[in-house]
Amino acid sequence: MKARSFHQRALNNRNFVVGLVISGMVVALALTSFLWTPYDVTSLEIGSKLQSPSSDHIFGTDHFGRDIFSMIMVGARNSIAVAFVAVVLGLGIGVPIGCWAAANRGIIDEALMRGNDVIFAFPALLSAVIITAIFGPGAINAIIAIGIFNIPVFARLSRGAALALWPRDFILAARAAGKSRSLITIEHIVPNMLNLLVVQGTIAFALGILQEAALAYVGLGTQPPFPSWGKMLNEAQTMMSFAPHMAIFPGLAIVITVLGLNLLGDGLRDLLDPKLARERS
Amino acid sequence: MTLVVASIIVFFALEIVPGDPAEVMLGINATDEAVAALRESLGLNKPVLERYFSWTTGMLVGDFGRSYTYSVDVVELVSERVVISLPLALMALALSTAIAIPVGLYAAVRRGKLTDTLVMGLTQLGIAIPNFWFALLLVYVMAIWLQLLPGGGFPGWENGIWNGIKALLLPTVALALPQAAILSRVTRSSLLETLGEDYIRTARAKGLSQRAAVLNHALRNAMIPVVTILGLQFAYLLAGTIIIENVFYLPGLGRLVFQAINLRDLIVVESVVMMLVFAIIVINLIVDLAYAWVDPRLRIRSA
Repeated sequence: MKARSFHQRALNNRNFVVGLVISGMVVALALTSFLWTPYDVTSLEIGSKLQSPSSDHIFGTDHFGRDIFSMIMVGARNSIAVAFVAVVLGLGIGVPIGCWAAANRGIIDEALMRGNDVIFAFPALLSAVIITAIFGPGAINAIIAIGIFNIPVFARLSRGAALALWPRDFILAARAAGKSRSLITIEHIVPNMLNLLVVQGTIAFALGILQEAALAYVGLGTQPPFPSWGKMLNEAQTMMSFAPHMAIFPGLAIVITVLGLNLLGDGLRDLLDPKLARERS
Repeated sequence: MTLVVASIIVFFALEIVPGDPAEVMLGINATDEAVAALRESLGLNKPVLERYFSWTTGMLVGDFGRSYTYSVDVVELVSERVVISLPLALMALALSTAIAIPVGLYAAVRRGKLTDTLVMGLTQLGIAIPNFWFALLLVYVMAIWLQLLPGGGFPGWENGIWNGIKALLLPTVALALPQAAILSRVTRSSLLETLGEDYIRTARAKGLSQRAAVLNHALRNAMIPVVTILGLQFAYLLAGTIIIENVFYLPGLGRLVFQAINLRDLIVVESVVMMLVFAIIVINLIVDLAYAWVDPRLRIRSA
């Protein structure tokens, strides 16, 4: 079989291309919202409230007369920022824990992994609700609540990957050369698990967007006046019978974003590590 | 062991919650003496460690303490609500399994064909849909538009089992479908893996039809990952009821936790969370036992 360049393979992977296009569009919308939105999302125009979609307001207006499309654009910033930072938090703490546990084994490894199990035993969503309820609602606390549950995921993943790498010959060579365990971890182990981390990161990103929306929906996420998708759905709930467009469009925004990220993750996994392609459903 | 660690985390996490329950209960106009008296009667003035031990030892004998705000035993409070949340989670689990296994089976058998691609596309969509949004759409279509089913509230079981089930029907569907999407993907990929095994080829070679080979040999062997995910999903469903109960205004465990958090009714929050963690540990145990039931090879090892 002729080896093809990464570029060509990427362009031929349907999941990757579709996922990249969708995710790119969402990010572009979020970035554009910093410079321009069709309407100002903080100005209330009661005169034009609850309008159905029209050429003036393509997604209609809400009960304060705000343009729903503009709110979705601004809400995208919030969703992306919260989910992204939560992933970074999970990576930043989880990967060092996992690598350290794998490098040193023994009782510390055991203790860390049991600690992981305990966190796993709590349903993530329930705990996120409790954390935001304790420390007060808001974007920062939502990030922490979602991020904490990314930590054991990444710790477990990186520990597993590192354990598989340690017996390999090139690691043995590095040890024979007298390098310390931490140096080997940084120079050899981590670069070799980057593929896995990128794929898992994309999936965690998508999950983070769903969780952020759920928290905002129950009123524990980003606080008004900043628009967020979950909050918009919450406000739409009482107006379902006469303004269903208020619920339909923010929900679609969530679905499309998460779908795009999941497809991107699937595509990346196929591209970066063909061996893994069968393992995950 | 996990339970002990979990109880420590839950208790001390909630200890650092800003906001004294006594002050919250009495409002901002309360005098210092009144607050102190209430703290005394709730036992809040005792040292933290003493309260932790009385809480945990109480739980061991089934005494979860009294709610600060409702002034009834937590057990009573919970049992009133668990009759809504548990049937909801169980119905959702049953529905999602009933959908996912046939769908996954069908897609696996027709791998690569148009129907497989279509079904897998739909499951991708299902995974991306937030269940509370799906719930809102269901309310719109079934309750507001078609007026077939109630869109919220719960009449209570004493007003007829059928009315109760009807009120839980939409929440069940809302919880189950996104879970079914994940589960059918797991079923499909697990089955595909099994179908590639030698013994399936042998079964086909000895003259078994494809159908018989899949149903008699492959399906059972493919169930291990499915059972694992089922266990995880039940935990997720229990937590998912928190959000869904809010959409449908169901007075279940999730709403109890919510109200208790807002009222700083810590003992209720602590106890409900511990019960959920306990339930999840029990489920994990059941999953382990189910492995042995599904796969007899795993029984020998434990002997």
